[in-house]
Amino acid sequence: MSDLQPVKFYQTGTFTVGNRLLAPEERSVQANMQRTNSLNSGHRACQGCGEALGARYAIDAAMNATNRQLIAANATGCLEVFSTPYPETSWQIPWIHSLFGNAAAVATGLSAAMKVKGKKDVRVVAQGGDGGTTDIGFGCLSGMFERNDDVLYICYDNEAYMNTGVQRSSATPPAARTATTMPLGSEPGAPFGQGKFVPAIAMAHEIPYVATATVADLRDLEAKVTKAMSFRGARYIHILVPCPLGWGTASHDTIRMARLAKETGMFPVFEAEYGELKSALAIRRQLPVEEYLRPQKRFAHLFGKTPAVETIARIQAQADKNIRRYGLMAKEAAL
Amino acid sequence: MKKPFAITLDPGSSLANHTGSWRTSKPVYLDRLPPCNNRCPAGEDIQGWLFHAESGDYEAAWRHLTRDNPFAAIMGRVCYHTCESVCNRAQIDAPVGINSVERFLGDEAIKRGWSFTPPSTESGKKVLVVGAGPSGMSAAYHLRRLGHAVTVMDAGPFMGGMMRFGIPKYRLPRDVLDAEMQRIVAMGVTVKLNSKVDNILDSMRAGAFDAAFLAVGAHIGKRAAIPAGDAAKIVDAISVLRSMEGEDKPMLGRRVVVYGGGNTAVDVARTVKRMGGEPIIVYRRTRDKAPAHDFEIEEALQEGVMIKWLSTIKQAGEHQITVEKMALDDKGFPQPTGEFETLEADSVVLALGQDVDLGLLNGVPGLEVADGVVKVGANMMTGHAGIFAGGDMVPAERNVTVAVGHGKKAARHIDAWLRGASYTAPPKHELAQFEKLNTWYYSDAPKTVRPMLDIIRRQSSFEEVQGGLDESNALFEARRCLSCGNCFECDNCYGVCPDNAVIKLGPGKRFEFNYDYCKGCGVCVAECPCGAIKMEAEEL
Ligand SMILES: Cc1cc2nc3c(=O)[nH]c(=O)nc-3n(C[C@H](O)[C@H](O)[C@H](O)COP(=O)(O)OP(=O)(O)OC[C@H]3O[C@@H](n4cnc5c(N)ncnc54)[C@H](O)[C@@H]3O)c2cc1C
Ligand SMILES: Cc1ncc(C[n+]2csc(CCOP(=O)(O)OP(=O)(O)O)c2C)c(N)n1
Ligand code: SF4
Ligand code: SF4
Ligand SMILES: [Mg+2]
Repeated sequence: MSDLQPVKFYQTGTFTVGNRLLAPEERSVQANMQRTNSLNSGHRACQGCGEALGARYAIDAAMNATNRQLIAANATGCLEVFSTPYPETSWQIPWIHSLFGNAAAVATGLSAAMKVKGKKDVRVVAQGGDGGTTDIGFGCLSGMFERNDDVLYICYDNEAYMNTGVQRSSATPPAARTATTMPLGSEPGAPFGQGKFVPAIAMAHEIPYVATATVADLRDLEAKVTKAMSFRGARYIHILVPCPLGWGTASHDTIRMARLAKETGMFPVFEAEYGELKSALAIRRQLPVEEYLRPQKRFAHLFGKTPAVETIARIQAQADKNIRRYGLMAKEAAL
Repeated sequence: MKKPFAITLDPGSSLANHTGSWRTSKPVYLDRLPPCNNRCPAGEDIQGWLFHAESGDYEAAWRHLTRDNPFAAIMGRVCYHTCESVCNRAQIDAPVGINSVERFLGDEAIKRGWSFTPPSTESGKKVLVVGAGPSGMSAAYHLRRLGHAVTVMDAGPFMGGMMRFGIPKYRLPRDVLDAEMQRIVAMGVTVKLNSKVDNILDSMRAGAFDAAFLAVGAHIGKRAAIPAGDAAKIVDAISVLRSMEGEDKPMLGRRVVVYGGGNTAVDVARTVKRMGGEPIIVYRRTRDKAPAHDFEIEEALQEGVMIKWLSTIKQAGEHQITVEKMALDDKGFPQPTGEFETLEADSVVLALGQDVDLGLLNGVPGLEVADGVVKVGANMMTGHAGIFAGGDMVPAERNVTVAVGHGKKAARHIDAWLRGASYTAPPKHELAQFEKLNTWYYSDAPKTVRPMLDIIRRQSSFEEVQGGLDESNALFEARRCLSCGNCFECDNCYGVCPDNAVIKLGPGKRFEFNYDYCKGCGVCVAECPCGAIKMEAEEL
């Protein structure tokens, strides 16, 4: 061991939300006492809701990046329902809801209107759940990408239709049980060989910016939203937001679950520009997928009296594929 | 409110909806007791002073440290730092180098001339302290801070006790020792050197003292009955070490046999080596059974000190001794084997432990002595009201840090006793065990090692063996602390709450829960790195 070690070491580095040892400009948006709290208290999301957290993280960062000149269009889903039951709203930004499947189109319209009015500094985000994004809103979304409309679309992926009682979506992972997947039999839960990974499809549109993130890596999430706002044209960020209700996890485990998804390789965290992969967030302490699956009731059938060894191995193979494809073991995590 | 076109709801109007009513349990902030603090014999708030050091505010760190222990620079050299053996960081990579940061702070204080502030008011009470060793001087410091007039009387010519006349200067340079002693004198403590107290009650009466703290240490070297010829030179370790401080260095010859296996034996042997002699330690048990710390044995071996384990001295002559080999029986005790060996030896130094000279206590009523040490109560008071004692002369582990801790504890009780009250220590917080931490959030950072003096100079000079950390290394080392059980303002709770129910109060002021909106999900508790929040059941 050398006796000279890096001086620039800040105890928790950038792992924590804030760090009193960092210069103010190096701290996160969430650490700021003046953060917007775009999604304010009093909303009706469940205890420990990852989507409520992810939305505040993302929209506060976007507000910060745009000098608070921001409008949001919101698809139907938990985020809309828990935030805005008439006559109350938790939103502290101009916000509009119209339908389940057309958030991307509404945002395109908003962006066009701002252009016509000459308000170049007013930026537009669209946001929705995985159902609203990967299924019913997919046509509008692909159109928005294809036209390269000046919108940042954020998908809060909790891997099912949560607001209507946990139905399967095309983002539900194989073997996860939902209200509409096989309850019993040899292979309960969502089938293997179905579903889609929209970030990859967004990349195929060769839009300026595509990224994935989780609520467990705040600094990474904020950096990506900020970067997205530095581009004009269509941008897409896909955020993994654990749902205690739909996943059957303890309310205090929301961030831990997101961390495990990333550390097992189940959810690859990366960014791409104009269709090309630019960087991936390296796994820091790799874990087998069991660590991620076991705490979730939606996977409980894999861990019965005779554990579903083969199914778990198939899920592990998917994680291994992610690790290979996105280079998740590339290097040691930075300080 | 008049709303613009197409705007139907007020921003943030959900604040009317108090979701706190959903809660069945609630998060509360707390301070847990870091294991290091819990272990420190001087009761230092280690996590607390590291917190200041982490931000580079070394003076605040030193002031915080010296609330409990005035001797940071001494501690950073001679303390056996048991705190590090329980440091939670050990379970991640290696314990925080608490002792090396402490030394850095102590040295920084000396370099920058930081001093203690004398008390703002005088109590009017007079306390006599007997012995200017670590225990006596610690008591003097704390008593003075509490406003009492303190006089320290010591039999010797210098302050420091065994830290000067026992611990060799290659481990504790005398300028460091003097600086930390003088700083206490500068607070207005009277120190009378070359003033042996022969009878404590007489001295108290003569000086009209209201109370006394005795810390005379243990200075009488234990003897062993070794059949020896008239010409054999047999001396005791403490006198050898003490004479190192005077003009006349001890004359021990070339081959010096040191008898014993404790730290004193090791210190004498290393001293002999530095004077050009050839020391050989003879000890009747094995290395793992030796009371000396293993790192000290290791350093001695590196310097070329020879050690004969499992051997006793049977007979000493003018230039040689006879040792008998021992063997461990099945209970692990050494037993004679009848096998003998002759060793060249110009002198034999006995390092077999020390006894307390209790002469000054003759005729004091109420006093209880057992196994050669003075019994004290939980308040450090002897059986005689108003006479307190601590350090090596009372039943406890014998080291500098314990002695310093006794001095502090006694000072608090003396202070209360002088006011006719009794002192109760505040209740201890619950322990911050490793399981309470979320270690994901800490950067990987291996321990910084302290430089060691090169071996040639270690064998031939009395220069300090172990070096200190420089500023950047000390800062790095401080920042390895996990802040176990105590909020270090990482903003995690403020960030991770899905309900914005954490109020950030600003730098140094920590956080508060907004129970109007906290739903009790417990994410903050799970994601607090240092375990400073806990869930409590809500009364329904
Ligand atoms: C060789 C050696 C090495 C050691 N190394 C370490 C070490 O590395 N780390 C560690 O933690 N501990 C070490 N120790 C132990 C440590 O030095 C003692 O535990 C500690 O000094 C005890 O402090 P004290 O205040 O009780 O007594 P002392 O330090 O012994 O001080 C007692 C003082 O009282 C004075 N005195 C005695 N009788 C009278 C009287 N009648 N009137 C007036 N004054 C009197 C003495 O002159 C002396 O100054 C070592 C001990 C020895 C012998
Ligand atoms: C056209 C249409 N079909 C069905 C619904 C009912 N509906 C409302 S929210 C929702 C599910 C939302 O799922 P997702 O987009 O994943 O968001 P989440 O609630 O999981 O955040 C459904 C099916 C609707 N509002 N509109
Ligand atoms: S169902 Fe899931 S996504 Fe919806 S509010 Fe509850 S935790 Fe959040
Ligand atoms: S990490 Fe810090 S607070 Fe925790 S035991 Fe170690 S030194 Fe003490
Ligand atoms: Mg969903």
